[in-house]
Amino acid sequence: MPRNRTSRRLAADTALLVVAVAFALPLAWVVLSAVDPHANLRVRIPDGLTWDNFHAVLTPDITYTPLLNSLVLCGGGTALTVVCAALAAYPLSRFHSRLNRPFLLAILFATSLPITAIMVPVYALFVRVNLIDTLQGTILFFAASQLPFAIWLMKNFMDGVPKELEEAAWTDGASSLQSLVRIVLPLMGPGLAVVTVFSFVMMWGNFFVPFMLLLTPDQMPASVSINDFFGNRGMVAYGQLAAFSVIYSTPVILLYVLVARRLGGGFALGGAVKG
Amino acid sequence: MRRSPGQARRFARAFPLTPAVVLILLFLAGPIAYCVYIAFTDLQLTGQAHSSFVGFDNFRRAFRDSEFLNAVWLTLVFTVLSALVGQNTLGLALAALMKRASKPVRTLTGGVVVTAWVLPEVVAGFLLYAFFRREGTLDAILAWLHLPRQNWLFTLPILAVSFANVWRGTAFSVLVYSAALDEIPAEITEAAEVDGAGGWRRMWHITLPMIRRSIATNLMLNTLQTLSVFGLIWVMTRGGPGNKSQTLPLFMYEQAFQNSMIGYGTAVALLLLLVGSLFSVVYLRLLRTEV
Repeated sequence: MPRNRTSRRLAADTALLVVAVAFALPLAWVVLSAVDPHANLRVRIPDGLTWDNFHAVLTPDITYTPLLNSLVLCGGGTALTVVCAALAAYPLSRFHSRLNRPFLLAILFATSLPITAIMVPVYALFVRVNLIDTLQGTILFFAASQLPFAIWLMKNFMDGVPKELEEAAWTDGASSLQSLVRIVLPLMGPGLAVVTVFSFVMMWGNFFVPFMLLLTPDQMPASVSINDFFGNRGMVAYGQLAAFSVIYSTPVILLYVLVARRLGGGFALGGAVKG
Repeated sequence: MRRSPGQARRFARAFPLTPAVVLILLFLAGPIAYCVYIAFTDLQLTGQAHSSFVGFDNFRRAFRDSEFLNAVWLTLVFTVLSALVGQNTLGLALAALMKRASKPVRTLTGGVVVTAWVLPEVVAGFLLYAFFRREGTLDAILAWLHLPRQNWLFTLPILAVSFANVWRGTAFSVLVYSAALDEIPAEITEAAEVDGAGGWRRMWHITLPMIRRSIATNLMLNTLQTLSVFGLIWVMTRGGPGNKSQTLPLFMYEQAFQNSMIGYGTAVALLLLLVGSLFSVVYLRLLRTEV
């Protein structure tokens, strides 16, 4: 039996390593090319290390402005999402109402709609109400599109905070807003972090929304400006493209690691999948 | 109007919902309603002072348009290959293998697969563009193995973008299935093992039936996610060459903006939304017993 188990473990390890190598190849390309003075399209060990690619892209035009735009868009969108979701989740989690269930089902339904499909009408609508090519319009749409899932997650996390803790505050005359801010939210710190990080990561990587709703080049976030490496600059400098990709991806990977560590692997799924 | 104290309290309690509901109504429900409206008009981008109601013309036109039918077909191929077969099966296989593997290998594989998932969509697109293009990594590997080389993005673009979507999306299935497999009581598998059931039979007769709800949920979410993929394909192929990888979202975009036919593009969007809603309803039904 033990030998059988060892050989099975060995087989599983081998199979997983093969998959891991296959998945790692494209990732290795971006990391190696970023420090390769002669980067091209294939994975290879650089014949010398260089920071030139990073130096070349670390300019206001290529990196700083787009990243700052991303930060404004995603920061604003996330803040709006988290505040609205926390407020909305509170009555859903604390008070019983006949409307809770239909509301939650509607939210869950909206969570799974293909948002890509509504970008054309959103564009037409934004042109009509003069929100096109504005950061605030894009932030509002980002928040709205992320809200259903954020409310759902937030509500599930909030359900985990025992109600008894608030009851004392209620008898002392605290309003529900006070008990939300002073008691419930501090107690669901990790849950709050998950909703925040998840919303931010989703927006940071989103390409289609800013691609449609923003027109002025110097308002573009990194997810859209990265395209410039292909179009306007003629020959593609793969090393620089790789360096920029590394810079642009690092924040979300770090954020993910931060949150995943705290909550174990399946953080994003807590609410969505289990219902 | 005078409210009873109970009503007033209920109203006060529901009040915090307002900002979220307003945002969702204005920016999600509004566009969807507007979508339904403009899908029945001939709204164009150029000189859009006037648009008139054209009834079902856009839809009739779509079903006669060979490019639309091509996009439907490619969306189907893309979804079945990458979501139903690729992400789902590979995700289940990886989750099952991870349960048996040693810890360092499990951590390493999990880390790599999840990194592919967390990466921004456009970056993932570039990485796989570099991987599949002529002179790219896959090409180099094939040459090294003395296998016939190909420019995948040119000859089989839909296959290349499907693989890309598997690369990017499998982590989600791994997480779902890892959680599901952890919930199977060890005694059941052990009992089957003692009775002499081999690995495949245990998988087929015990594991799969026990996690069938997770399978259904995962299939549904993978499908919905894959239906709306735009950036990944846009970066890798722009829907080309010709329209050989033009799925519905890209077709919608092309009609609305490159051909300036917002009305027609929106009709396509509405169809996509309807298909999505259908899957969404099935998903809710699946959860119903659990919510």
